[in-house]
Amino acid sequence: MARFPETRGSLVAAAAAGDAAARSRALGALAEAYWAPVYTYIRFKARRTHEEAADLTQEFFAGLVEKDWLARFDPSKARLRTYFRVLVDGLDANEWKARGRAKRGGGARDLSLDVDAVRAAYEAAAASSQDSPEQAFEREWARSVFSMAVERFRAACARDGREVRFALFAAYDLEGDAAPERPRYEDLALRHGTTAVDVTNQLAAARRDFRRAVLDVLRELTASEAEFRAEARALLGVEPPA
Amino acid sequence: MRLSDDALSRLRESIRDPDLSGTRYRLVGPVGAGGMGAVFEAVDEPLGRRVALKVVDVPLDGEEAAAALLAEARVLAGLEHPGLVPVHDAGRLADGRAYYAMKLVRGRRLDEALAGSSLPERLRVFLRVCEPVAFAHASGVVHRDLKPPNVMLGSFGEVLVLDWGLARPVAGAADASGTPGFMAPEQAAGRPVDARADVYGLGALLDAILRVPPAPARSKALDAIVGRARATEPGARYAGVPALAADVERLLDGGRVEAYEENVLERVARVVKRHGVAVGLVATYLVVRGLFILLRR
Repeated sequence: MARFPETRGSLVAAAAAGDAAARSRALGALAEAYWAPVYTYIRFKARRTHEEAADLTQEFFAGLVEKDWLARFDPSKARLRTYFRVLVDGLDANEWKARGRAKRGGGARDLSLDVDAVRAAYEAAAASSQDSPEQAFEREWARSVFSMAVERFRAACARDGREVRFALFAAYDLEGDAAPERPRYEDLALRHGTTAVDVTNQLAAARRDFRRAVLDVLRELTASEAEFRAEARALLGVEPPA
Repeated sequence: MRLSDDALSRLRESIRDPDLSGTRYRLVGPVGAGGMGAVFEAVDEPLGRRVALKVVDVPLDGEEAAAALLAEARVLAGLEHPGLVPVHDAGRLADGRAYYAMKLVRGRRLDEALAGSSLPERLRVFLRVCEPVAFAHASGVVHRDLKPPNVMLGSFGEVLVLDWGLARPVAGAADASGTPGFMAPEQAAGRPVDARADVYGLGALLDAILRVPPAPARSKALDAIVGRARATEPGARYAGVPALAADVERLLDGGRVEAYEENVLERVARVVKRHGVAVGLVATYLVVRGLFILLRR
């Protein structure tokens, strides 16, 4: 099993009450997780331009710091992502217009985000998607959580000398959209100089490790055990039949 | 990195699906979700039969969910009844999740299956729901989560009570888990419950069955049965499921139900309806006899 860094505990708590350095790190991580969901939600809901939505997104994250919104979050009343959506709904766009465009770029340049990719994905989705703004927010949030978990799993595999495990995982589970079918285990074994049995075992282990990485990320992005469990079920569980 | 929609959906599947390596089962796909777990269809390879696997749906740390799922399996395994799904096997998967294997039931949930059916049909199905619940009570188990999604009508007419995840021994169960609207007040308050909590649940279930569109007309007697089953105080309900079922049977047979005090006119109307031919013959006889007496004078 790949060794992951110790789970850092709730980023929400650290961002709301930690020392200055920890608070800054936690806010950065929260922004990384929520930038794309908030941006996409604003674009879907308010039909704003890219520049306006990026500015509003930046204002939202500035508000988390300046207005102490995180300190007011009560996990017994709502999930964090629901709370964030409510905050975004309450934003006063006119107030921001008056502030000018000094923060254009949405602060995303400070984060490891591919803003152009987020923008292009929104514009492609907006043309064809029937999603509500809330559904778009949920989808982007899930994408953020999984993307962070993939990065974490990749780093753990590199550190532990398990590059083959990550390569097999990537070939089978990440790069599938480039091909209509998932690769055969025999082909993966040939490509990586191993056996099909080893591919089976490596992929099973990779999924266990990746599942753990997702849960670690989720634990950091939630503020209570109950919220963590609810989010884990929403993200990883089977949807109840309609 | 930004994951594509395809990659995201593939990853979600990969970590949602149970890891069946090292087991006798081969995964077919997800079937649905229950109170505490997800249900997957799988093939039991040595026997070549389809089964349902209930698996803790989220691989969380801690043993609480696993212990609860295995407790549910043990409860079900201890209850052998045609109205209950038989359990074949239970254990742990390679990914650490607890699971149990049971008979795969194909059918529809109760409220969907009863859409468009007549009142007598609905009541007869309800009586068949009562049977396994009464059996469980006799075996010392109370279900505590009776509601339409937890009752299935199989393809061959079988009625099955599912999802025993909240089941507890009849005496002493005390936590506030359950489904609002179907959960007895004492259960919602976290007080100890007994079989009468399921009487309440069955009353709510009967009410739900009767509301499935197009909803049939409900008599005052039927409303009284639902009302007694759903009484706020456990002591005001039927003493047990057999008493509730007996009242519903009396209603179906045109008899006088215990839950409703009828007046004279209602009694006459019920008797006429129940014994229509006999009453008609007696009435005809009396009229003819009366005419005969008049003519003789």
